[in-house]
Amino acid sequence: MLDMFTYSFMQRALVAGIAVAIVCPAIGVFLVMRRLAQYGDTLAHVSLVGVAAGVLTKVFPMATGLVFSVLASLGMDWLRQRYAKFSELSLAIMAPTSLALAMVLARSEVMSYLFGSVVTVDNEKLYLIGGLGLLVLAVLLLLYKELLSVSFDEEQARVGGVPVAFVNTVFMVLTAMTVAMAMSVVGVLLVSALIVVPVATALQIARSFRGTLTISVLTGVASVVVGLVVSYWLNLMPGVAVTLTAVAGLLLVLGYKRIAGIEE
Amino acid sequence: MESPLVQLKDVGFGYGPEPVLDGVDLTVGRGDYLGLIGPNGSGKTTLLKLILGTLPAPRRGEIRLFGTPAAQFKERWKIGYVAQKAASFNSGFPATVEEVVMTGLVARRGLWRVLTGEDRKAARAALEQVGMLSFKDRMIGRLSGGQQQRVFIARALVSRPELLILDEPTVGVDVQAESQFYQLIRDLRASMGLTVMLVSHDIGAVAHEVTSLACLNRRLFYHGSPDDFGTEEQLCELYGHPVRSIHHHHH
Repeated sequence: MLDMFTYSFMQRALVAGIAVAIVCPAIGVFLVMRRLAQYGDTLAHVSLVGVAAGVLTKVFPMATGLVFSVLASLGMDWLRQRYAKFSELSLAIMAPTSLALAMVLARSEVMSYLFGSVVTVDNEKLYLIGGLGLLVLAVLLLLYKELLSVSFDEEQARVGGVPVAFVNTVFMVLTAMTVAMAMSVVGVLLVSALIVVPVATALQIARSFRGTLTISVLTGVASVVVGLVVSYWLNLMPGVAVTLTAVAGLLLVLGYKRIAGIEE
Repeated sequence: MESPLVQLKDVGFGYGPEPVLDGVDLTVGRGDYLGLIGPNGSGKTTLLKLILGTLPAPRRGEIRLFGTPAAQFKERWKIGYVAQKAASFNSGFPATVEEVVMTGLVARRGLWRVLTGEDRKAARAALEQVGMLSFKDRMIGRLSGGQQQRVFIARALVSRPELLILDEPTVGVDVQAESQFYQLIRDLRASMGLTVMLVSHDIGAVAHEVTSLACLNRRLFYHGSPDDFGTEEQLCELYGHPVRSIHHHHH
């Protein structure tokens, strides 16, 4: 049944998918806690312009996507502070604008990034995804206590002497890197599913912050592995299968709690 | 001679042309239990923010913390702060009481360092001090207001501060929790020699607890022992209208 993983392209897809599945929910936990769930989605759209620019200038598109994503994350944080009362508005404007712009720049190449292409992960992409994944994970673990304290209560963290501005900037750059590595696997339109859905599932189960983080990552990895198998069987686009698997997991947990009568 | 923990000299501050604080002199010495009293809009919060370093330096005057000019003061962990109950945390946040208390050690540990078993012990000791140790694995959002306040006091204590600042600690807390709160502060002062600054709009509740009183309404009207305060005239000056006398307060 699992002979699909004897193909080297499926092995690469599995490794890249798992890397993305670990990092996305880990970043997602902090994004959701800070009420920035929509943020990853917008960043993914903006980095699509970078991908298109890469295609036009014949530079490795994933790399230009990464650069755009990082720059956009810093720019958006600036915008967020300017328009604090309308932060969703600036996100909602940037996403479609970027998508439209990217389509004008390089239509055919951009299309393949919309829903991802786990099965076309070549070695070059795999190394970049693996490297970015390790880097993001390492910095996340090193900044775990700062991120928890700033996410829980930014004002209190600032008063206590936590370098809040520094922590926020590093976190935005990590988010941008995560989005850039994830969009080439699950696609621009589905990045936010992998960032947000496992976290929503974990919030239904976990009884601590550490638990929320752990369950989010495990749920993410399970969604990608099951999703890849399903996509192979049903001939679905990988990103689509992964997204639907993750949502099915969330519904299962919600349904179980309902039936078992577990009250909040 | 040791420098005071907090020293304000002729501090003036305003967000616009109107001054919010004007010529404020205030000293908090080691071991003091200061009640900073003032009506809403008196500049209490602004004064607090200046001390806590969340506002830029005042346009006039000088603030020193532990003898150091406020702008250069780096040892923020020396000041424990408990915000008003209505403060900024999201009650759905999935953190345990112990995890919340440990966030009080983040700045003291410093960047790129991981919290250790030692820190966990410190968190448990702080929870023990406020009588909340048995709640350590509970989710913070599931606790009552009074219990959350105790947890936040533990978070402020875990870095072993020398000064504890509490902003309107008894607003929205029931009478029993209020008297338990004052008992807790008394215990902490006795056991740790903690210096405490308590900010409140309610002079009646605070005057019986503190060892010194500072009354603020843009300017500082009174700074001294609570025993010498309380004439109708002084109260009028503070609140701008007659209020109940502090001597009617019952424990």
